[in-house]
Amino acid sequence: MSDVRDAGFDDWLDALESGDPYYLECPEGHGSLPPRRVCLECGATDLEQRPLPDAGELETFTITHVPTPAFEDDAPYATAVADFGPVRVTGQVVGIDLEEVETGLTVEPDVITSETDGERVVAFRPR
Amino acid sequence: MSDVRVAGVGLTSFGNTPERTGRDLFAEASIEAFDDSGVPRDDVEAVLYGNFMGELSEHQGHQGPLMAEAAGVHAPATRYESACASGGMAVREAVKRVRNGENDVLLVGGTERMTNLGTGGATEALAIAADDLWEVRAGMTFPGAYALMAKAYFEEFGGEHEDLAHIAVKNHENAVPNEKAQYRSEIDVADVLEAPQVASPLGLYDSCPISDGAAALVITSESYAEEHDLDAPVAITGSGQGGDRMALQDREYLARSPAARSAGEEAYADADVTADDVDFAEVHDCFTIAEVLALEALDLESTGEGIAAARDGRTTADGDHPINLSGGLKAKGHPVGATGVSQVAEVTSLLRGDHANSDHVADATTALTHNAGGTVASAVVHVLEVVA
Repeated sequence: MSDVRDAGFDDWLDALESGDPYYLECPEGHGSLPPRRVCLECGATDLEQRPLPDAGELETFTITHVPTPAFEDDAPYATAVADFGPVRVTGQVVGIDLEEVETGLTVEPDVITSETDGERVVAFRPR
Repeated sequence: MSDVRVAGVGLTSFGNTPERTGRDLFAEASIEAFDDSGVPRDDVEAVLYGNFMGELSEHQGHQGPLMAEAAGVHAPATRYESACASGGMAVREAVKRVRNGENDVLLVGGTERMTNLGTGGATEALAIAADDLWEVRAGMTFPGAYALMAKAYFEEFGGEHEDLAHIAVKNHENAVPNEKAQYRSEIDVADVLEAPQVASPLGLYDSCPISDGAAALVITSESYAEEHDLDAPVAITGSGQGGDRMALQDREYLARSPAARSAGEEAYADADVTADDVDFAEVHDCFTIAEVLALEALDLESTGEGIAAARDGRTTADGDHPINLSGGLKAKGHPVGATGVSQVAEVTSLLRGDHANSDHVADATTALTHNAGGTVASAVVHVLEVVA
């Protein structure tokens, strides 16, 4: 992995780390995540940052036992898609025993670092 | 509009041959396809070739001309990349070219060399078919992505891992007589349920293997086939392509495949057939849940019913509509770039009556192939019929 930042995505992780996460909203109210210049729903190009809702709900999850090399020392871990209302986000569920992860769990977003390579990872913590 | 004939098919054995180069694999498949077709290499006007991870597995881009050379063909060549649907997309391009009169004779193929990467390397290479920023960096693997869909399916429609196990059992059983298949051993439901977990609820036997292999087709126009008195009774009569958002998190549905539905609807309309006309199909079962999603998207099963199709015998070799008589990706193997091409090769052989499993579909006239890229952000469907 190079040291070059991924504009938009790394900015979003910075904002999440500083406790000020956001999503992008078009004039018609459709949500999306950066780096995005065009609304997926309606094609609008004037997207504004809005505060990400504090809580999301796990919509689906899996416990990954066979990871990519970038997560070799992290496995097993739970990956989930959480619904935050205007947007869904993919991340790892932390702060809970893996056996207790379930759909419908209310979570808040966080950033952790991979045990394998120290890269930042989107995470969800039970509220 | 001219029929698009499948004049010849060729396949390597799919399996674990890490030392074999992609060019060697494709050479073997193309030799078989030319021998099967009776078409001289000099008549080929273009090579259309599917490959996904060549840069990672062989440090080799620009594979089109390399593979034309391997096949002994002097003609313009292009590589098509659409993740696991790369091969199917090459076939679709061939159909369009023959139909619009641009070409009469094409070599269509696909290859993937994967096992030399090892399990970790291949898992990493496959993962790049997902959204790198939002999925891969969260630790999502490809089995993990399909596991997310499987869990979402169970939540929405019901069903459990044991239902999926019947799909793996069926496809292994179908692969036993197929000499080109990677796994030619029967398994039972208990084997699937007790196998090590890859990404829950999916275990080792819910997942297709990492495979090396190549597939090739000689495709001709109807007029070329008739002028040259080719024995080419099977035509590709319908083609369709669909798309969906790249990342699961941006999709309307987590437990359905709208891209496959659009591709299927387009292919059915193109061939002027319906799902009821389909005698059998080869669908993209990279994981057991993928077969369920494919059957429902293609209207071969009602939404929410596909999970029980194998368990209840509707899709077994002697069922109403046998699915993946080749063994599917699950047991035949999934050398990514070759898969979509190999599906057309298998269906052609099944319809011609020269496949090890042809007896199960002896009266069949209409069949379908479904090839999916990523978590079905890309899908391509073809209808094949006996026309001569």
